[in-house]
Amino acid sequence: MKFRGKIIDIACLNHFTRVVTTISKLTKMCVLRLTPDNLFFVLSGKVANGGVSMWCELSQANFFDEYQMEGVSSEDNEICLEVTPENLSRALKTVQNAKAVKVKLTKKHCPCLTIAAELPTLSSVSRVVTHDVPVDVIPRRLWHEFKEPSMPDFDVSIYLPPLKTMKNIVDRMKNLSNFLVIEANLNGEMNLKIETDLVSVTTHFRDLGNPPWGDDASQDGGPSQSRDPESMVEARVDIRRLQQFLMGQQVNPSKAMCNIVHQSVLHLILLHEDMSLQYFIPAVA
Amino acid sequence: MHCIVTGGNVKVLAKAVHSLSRIGDELYVEPQEDGLALRSVNSSRSAYACFLFAPLFFSRYSTTSGDNFRCKMAIKSVQSVFRSLTTLEKTVEKCHIDLDKQKDRLTFTLHCKHGLLKTHNLSFQDSESLQAVFDKDSYANVFKAQPRLLVDTVIHFPPSLEEVTVSVSDERMWVRNHVEEEAEASKAMLTELCLASDEFDHFAAQAHNSVTFCLKELRGLLVFAESTGLPVSMYLDEPGSPVVLSVTDSVLEGNFVLATLSDDPSLRKNSSKGAHTAAPPPPDDFMNDDMDSYLIAMDTSIAPGPSNTGPPPPSLADDTRSKRPAAVSHKARILIEEAEEEEEETDDLDRLPNKKFRSLFFGSVLPPSSQLSTQPMTSQEVLASDSEEET
Repeated sequence: MKFRGKIIDIACLNHFTRVVTTISKLTKMCVLRLTPDNLFFVLSGKVANGGVSMWCELSQANFFDEYQMEGVSSEDNEICLEVTPENLSRALKTVQNAKAVKVKLTKKHCPCLTIAAELPTLSSVSRVVTHDVPVDVIPRRLWHEFKEPSMPDFDVSIYLPPLKTMKNIVDRMKNLSNFLVIEANLNGEMNLKIETDLVSVTTHFRDLGNPPWGDDASQDGGPSQSRDPESMVEARVDIRRLQQFLMGQQVNPSKAMCNIVHQSVLHLILLHEDMSLQYFIPAVA
Repeated sequence: MHCIVTGGNVKVLAKAVHSLSRIGDELYVEPQEDGLALRSVNSSRSAYACFLFAPLFFSRYSTTSGDNFRCKMAIKSVQSVFRSLTTLEKTVEKCHIDLDKQKDRLTFTLHCKHGLLKTHNLSFQDSESLQAVFDKDSYANVFKAQPRLLVDTVIHFPPSLEEVTVSVSDERMWVRNHVEEEAEASKAMLTELCLASDEFDHFAAQAHNSVTFCLKELRGLLVFAESTGLPVSMYLDEPGSPVVLSVTDSVLEGNFVLATLSDDPSLRKNSSKGAHTAAPPPPDDFMNDDMDSYLIAMDTSIAPGPSNTGPPPPSLADDTRSKRPAAVSHKARILIEEAEEEEEETDDLDRLPNKKFRSLFFGSVLPPSSQLSTQPMTSQEVLASDSEEET
């Protein structure tokens, strides 16, 4: 099992760091899957994290100038590691001005992802800083837990309002209630509602637009014709999960949308030029 | 004592105070012939800092000669005098520092623009002398660097990091975070930075040593050095021997002395304090009855020093030149303890985390003056009496 990647471009380094930092704000631990073409940060939905799951996909060519890997075997040419993204984020943040950053899978006192950076100096010799981030290798028999989630059979798909606006609203709503209802329809309308004994607050968004999934979308009886465009579907979620998702966003995505399966799951999708992030929040009764 | 600080030096003084606040909770003030000494030490006596401001630093500096006055006060109170550095810079023209012995008060008067006067009356306690014993000339490894280099090094380590290990060879210095063995060594992130000798203004490594000390306390000095632009000199010796960092210019000298982990296996057998793996009592337990064995441990963990069973002998003062820091005299130690005991009720001490196995390097050295023999008695009496609460 070998992995060696090198980032030279400062913009790529910066972008990669921001992706890792976003992930670190979403979860304490996650799985990093390395394939010849991609990197995936995966969090599988477990009771421990409130059933939330995450799938983040990066195309390695967009970040690394050099990328070599050898998986567990030739049929399973993949590496699966459990890592604490905050450590990676911390290591990367301090080397933003590096001439080159190498990421390697190494075996020190335990398996580690070593981030080695060459920093510019006034002297003849470069300053080298290495960060050894301990990782856990995930055995093949558990790989099935970290597969790409299938697109849920959603009822409504809608573009999200500006994430900053959403975050401000959710932040304030969090003071009033632990649960938030997000509802949307095929007419580009979305409401964020909270309701307590004393007060109920609703924020209305209009003209958001609905992504055109068309027949390619993998569900039966798609959302297009059979549903009344005015009728709302909803999911009631733990407001902290939604807030955590919104807080972590470091970059404005090119596209931000969510799919709602009525009273079942809220599926948030962020698309950037070279990265996609999916976040699933289960609905609660 | 009466002194006046003008212009930009007020900010320098303020920064020194803030820097000292990173070490301990109390500021020890001692006006001396050769200048005003401000000192601080942490609760476990493993970090000490001293800023000495020469008379030329002040626009007026007068002390009653032969006074031998020393006091200490809560450093937070002094920090509140110099709270906002930017405001200080913009509005304060002069700072008067006056001693009012009758009322046990030190008065800081800030003369600001537009005729505004801000007067702070800070009460103090008499204190024993606080002075670490170290001799920079005797250190095997001496380095000097621009503060920028050290700040850039330290930035790679998280602010919460306790200990850092510095290793040197002929041409290189490595700085890495120190992970306790008992802690989850397998899960800790390790960071290491390598600096080349030509990044330093001066690099003389005669002995290839590796020492571990607390990073937090060092940061206080770096902030001061960076803002004043003064190069930092670093003195390293073997593990167990404290590391000294200092900044100097014509009118001031700052020294930070930090204890280092003593991990010499031969020392482990003899001492409990110096040992790496033994679980010594927490710092607050200085008060407990383990004093004697503690002192014996001190004795053996430090290479042959003066005997310390009797009352403060003059020989202690002679030992300022010795390579190893002098051990503490039993009596002097007790004096320190008593002072601490009183404060515990009044102060909200933000105790630094337990430093387990520090080789304690530092003692209360009584100044080599002929009035010595009477001094301890007088200060002892003062301590025994009620002392005012700190503001």
